[in-house]
Amino acid sequence: MDVLRNNNALLTIGTFLPLAGVLVMMFIPSGKELLHKQIALLTALATVAVGVYTVAKFDFGNAGKLQFYADTSWIKVIHSNYTIGLDGISLPLYMLSSVITLVVMVYSWDHIPSPGNAKAFLILMLVLQTSMAGTFVAQDLILFFVFFELVLLPMYFMIGVWGGEQRQYASLKFFLYTMFGSALMLVAFLALYWQVSKNGLSGQASFSIPYLAAHGGVLGKTVQIWLFAGMFVGFAVKVPMFPFHTWLPDAHTQAPTQGSVILAAVMLKLGTYGFVRIAIPILPAAAKAWAPWIGGLAVIGIIYGALGCLAQTDMKRLIAFSSVAHMGFVMLGISTLTTLGLNAAMFGMVAHGLITGMLFFVAGSIKDRYHTLEIKRLGGILKQMPRMGWILGFCAMASLGLPGLAGFWGEFPVIVSAYQPFTNTNVFRVYMVVAAVGTVLAAGYLLWLFQRVAFGEPPEEFSGHAPAHSVGAAANDTLHGDEIHHDIHDVKLTEWLAWSPLLLGIVVLGIYPQLLFKVIDPAVQVALKAYGKG
Amino acid sequence: MLAAETGWFLEHAYLIPVVPAVAFALIIFFGKRMPMKGSEIGVASMVTSLVLAAGTAYQWIERVDFFSPAGDNASALGGFGRAFRLNAEGATFVQPVINKIVWWQSGGMEFGLGQHIDGLAVMALLLVALISTLVQIYSLEYLRGDRRYTHFFAALTLFSAGMLAMVLAENMVQLILGWEIMGLCSFMLIGHWWEDAANSRSALKAFFTVRVGDIGLLVGTGVVFFAASAYATRHGSNGFSIQSINEWALSGTGSHTVLLWGSVALFIAAIGKSAQFPLHTWLPDAMAGPTPVSSLLHSSTMVVAGVFLVARLYPLFHTGLDINVAGQHFNLIAVIGGITIIIAAALAFVQNDIKKVLAYSTVSQLGYMMMGLGVGAWTPAMFHLFTHAFFKCCLFLCAGSVSHSGSHHSFDMKKDMGGLARKMPITTTCWILSTAALCGVPYFSGFFSKDEIIDNARNNNYQVFFVVGLVGAFMTTAYMTRATYLIFFGKARGAAAGGHAETLATADAHDSHARVPAMANAASDSHDAHDAHDAHAGPHESPVLITGPLVVLASLAVVAGYINAPVWPFHTERFAEWVANSSGVAFPILDHAQFEWVNAVPSIMLVLGGFVVSLFVCRSIYGEARSPLRGITTRVAPLRWVHTFLVNKYYLDALYENVIVRGLVGPIANGAYWVNQNVLDRIVNQAGIGARKTGGWVYRNIDQRVVDGAVNGSGAVTRGSGTALRPVQSGKVNQYGALLFGAAAIGALVLVIVNT
Repeated sequence: MDVLRNNNALLTIGTFLPLAGVLVMMFIPSGKELLHKQIALLTALATVAVGVYTVAKFDFGNAGKLQFYADTSWIKVIHSNYTIGLDGISLPLYMLSSVITLVVMVYSWDHIPSPGNAKAFLILMLVLQTSMAGTFVAQDLILFFVFFELVLLPMYFMIGVWGGEQRQYASLKFFLYTMFGSALMLVAFLALYWQVSKNGLSGQASFSIPYLAAHGGVLGKTVQIWLFAGMFVGFAVKVPMFPFHTWLPDAHTQAPTQGSVILAAVMLKLGTYGFVRIAIPILPAAAKAWAPWIGGLAVIGIIYGALGCLAQTDMKRLIAFSSVAHMGFVMLGISTLTTLGLNAAMFGMVAHGLITGMLFFVAGSIKDRYHTLEIKRLGGILKQMPRMGWILGFCAMASLGLPGLAGFWGEFPVIVSAYQPFTNTNVFRVYMVVAAVGTVLAAGYLLWLFQRVAFGEPPEEFSGHAPAHSVGAAANDTLHGDEIHHDIHDVKLTEWLAWSPLLLGIVVLGIYPQLLFKVIDPAVQVALKAYGKG
Repeated sequence: MLAAETGWFLEHAYLIPVVPAVAFALIIFFGKRMPMKGSEIGVASMVTSLVLAAGTAYQWIERVDFFSPAGDNASALGGFGRAFRLNAEGATFVQPVINKIVWWQSGGMEFGLGQHIDGLAVMALLLVALISTLVQIYSLEYLRGDRRYTHFFAALTLFSAGMLAMVLAENMVQLILGWEIMGLCSFMLIGHWWEDAANSRSALKAFFTVRVGDIGLLVGTGVVFFAASAYATRHGSNGFSIQSINEWALSGTGSHTVLLWGSVALFIAAIGKSAQFPLHTWLPDAMAGPTPVSSLLHSSTMVVAGVFLVARLYPLFHTGLDINVAGQHFNLIAVIGGITIIIAAALAFVQNDIKKVLAYSTVSQLGYMMMGLGVGAWTPAMFHLFTHAFFKCCLFLCAGSVSHSGSHHSFDMKKDMGGLARKMPITTTCWILSTAALCGVPYFSGFFSKDEIIDNARNNNYQVFFVVGLVGAFMTTAYMTRATYLIFFGKARGAAAGGHAETLATADAHDSHARVPAMANAASDSHDAHDAHDAHAGPHESPVLITGPLVVLASLAVVAGYINAPVWPFHTERFAEWVANSSGVAFPILDHAQFEWVNAVPSIMLVLGGFVVSLFVCRSIYGEARSPLRGITTRVAPLRWVHTFLVNKYYLDALYENVIVRGLVGPIANGAYWVNQNVLDRIVNQAGIGARKTGGWVYRNIDQRVVDGAVNGSGAVTRGSGTALRPVQSGKVNQYGALLFGAAAIGALVLVIVNT
């Protein structure tokens, strides 16, 4: 096992730093909202700062190796260790989670959803950050599982307490559905542990992911297929892949804006990350057998998600369904089992995080102002809030995979890679065409949404005007709108502060994707070592 | 390998798209604070690009001349009769100038971003930069006072940047980048006045239709990437590189099936972008945008991108579709091009909107270019692309000029025009010169390009397409004569006659909608003349910012052809030498026809015939005298049917919009969603209920305490979840709690199976 152990306290600090903030906040009465916000924001900032320092210390020449590697015994009786490390696959997602938490904190400065209680809300978000970051650095299956499950709790409360009208149904469904998947995943982890220690060459028992990746190949194909099945359900529910996606629209629609953003931007990636980090490297024979099925579900998801979007009448639910389609692209890339496909999938995860996170932010802000997200009732946003409208248009363009913006790099290479997958070439060529059709549908639902919501004249109920819009007055419309509807105002300072990192990221990664590919590529090659030349 | 004769401009040609791209960002962020609202940044960037492009072209010509044997035997070759030879065969060729940086990587393989400068790229760069500059200058006046003036210039600048980035693309991914950026900008510009639902619908339609074609682009790029990969890697490149793809296609190492599918897929993209049949329907709707946009879109950017793609990867198409193989009289490109020529020209006859006539004319001319490529007439097709840009851009800008100053923002030829020739002499002259060029009147630029396409179809044994080309020439002349007659001659009608009260309400007068509020604001502008004219000055000539570009373009429409005029007394073939002879190392061997007057006679006769017949019919139908031809399309049944069929655009729009799109958005999407809610989600809920029932059964019959405790436990967790949670719907909790345990049970089962 070839790892770099320098600076190995860094990841632990970066992961658990948010809990320090939580500890401080616990002892401050909940009445002092401003103080809570300040502490939470400061903690998130400090976490990002540690993250940036980590990136600075990261050896990019060795992006394929685990770095900052720490390994101490944890639960001795089952040989589970506290093993953490960071390579090119983990680094982007690790950074993404801390950045998303920061921007969500900034957004929360004046957007604490009802029924208030900033203290609890912010504490939950910090706990969430620790568990998400922990999942991305964990290199031990039990540790991974603990973090993976820990993510559920804060999100469950966020939806259940601060959510919409059907929050209880949605939060329970989210929690239990994911738990259901995780149960199978845990079973698979345990079985893997036993099987490897039984059949392993060294006879050594370990939950260490690098160790298992090196020795998982010894298992028989049938065993691998069953193990993969367990993991598949766990990860596929989280992604979510068709047909395990039905919790997602409910959870997203009911969650508060911050919850939706974190859910879309980071939590969905836990599933796809699980495939790339655990299932694919450890169980190569099973992955080959499963690949055409996963690819098939992925492309069904692409088309199906797009059709679901076309049928929606609620903007937020539409964005939620678009996640099903986008994660379909990611899964298609993963199922090709090639470097090109996996690279694109990894890029797609980050891109989807930034773009869909932004879309949920915009949806949340529109809801704040109009108190509805029903597409039929909205219209002419570009006129009342030009900046908001253009940001929405920008995100829609990024989401449909416009080259020059980040989304393209998670979509185009996936389609290309499906032409020459690791196995089942002919099947995947069909998938390739279907996925390409999916990009057309994506353009359809996103631009149609944009057309209905942003173009045209604002509807009467929000324009504050008599119905007769004299064309001559149209130019001054924004002014009039403001006079009548005080809550309909353009993008605010906190929104700018929260959004600009994401918007900047979408542009920068889109124009110069090598920033990310250079980090991901070596690690992906390592992950696919068991597959020979990808 | 020949020694490189190069220079600063050639090495730094990548700056040509970078300048407007940066300018776009500047306009977006600072445009509104500039004295001219950002338009000065746009114009300045385009002028800079033009200078850079001119420098590049100059150095490229130097490079070509350096390698060619001093053009000594140029006249002896005659026409397009120059053969292209591969390097291996010892003939001269000019190495392209390729520079790139690493853009992305995968599997350790690095993919570039950069420039591929050869004759074709240089020609297109110069063309795009020139046309863009003129259009931006024209827009300064035309869009003055528009409510989104800054946005307009930003989008226009980005549009040019996209096209420029595409034409010098080093690889397919970069080509897609430019390609899609143009799609985005066309969306923004066509929907520029998005307050009107019709405009935003047109914008959506344009983007969406092109996107349908893009399926082919994505798939084709993938196919070709892997197919060319082995060859390319051996030569130190990758399967996205355009030069590698071309070399591979000619190397004979690729399987013909793959070449065929790759080229078919890519051609589908070209169909969408270049508005070829059957994806041409978006282009006429795209007229909803401001006229300068139509002009730019139709002359040198966007729609020619598809033609350019085919030309750029010509070796691939040439090999894949068996172009010029003996005994092959048809291929996909020629067929689509040929069909497009005829059907689009036919539609141009029934349009009342001047811009729509020109739109269908563009579709038809693009058909010529495609057909030319399809019959192996690469150089004439590219030359037609070159000359067409000038006269089509000029025609659109003339149309804009007419609506700006002559017909009070109306584009309806029948209602608001007529007799404008005397009122607008400059515009009229420019229009007529450009029309002559478009029709292919001898010694105008279109003659040297379009006739060569027709002639080469004959020469290369594509008899059917030779006839199609001739028929197209006849139709072109006829519909352009009709339009010219309606606009500039005959009796003045509607706004052209001075009255314009009704025109604002006409549906076709796109520009009018947004211009009215613009007028309301115009007081702050130093634009009194405009206001004055709006207050009933009647038709008059346009100001110099509009006529200036017109004059430049009309002059070019006349003289551009002489770059490659193989006729007495010129005998030049510079275009063939500079552009075609130097399109990279790899190029198929083409046999171009020698120009001879005798071969040009049929088309000249038909052009003349088209003019005479059309003039006669127009005078009868639209003129003042009574005539039996008047109203013939309503009286004679077969003619009425044809007329209705044409007016309804072959019912293709109805098929696409009412059947396919509505079907998709309506029943199919709703059906899928119904399945989602009532099948998939129900399974989840039923699983929960089922598990709960099982749990209940276990509870009652087997082990009361364990299940009881667990369900309560899960309920307790939920209850403890926060004071804000109302008493939990216990049914749901139990249901899902049971589901969890059901899951664990299944898991245990798996465990057992695996371990045995």
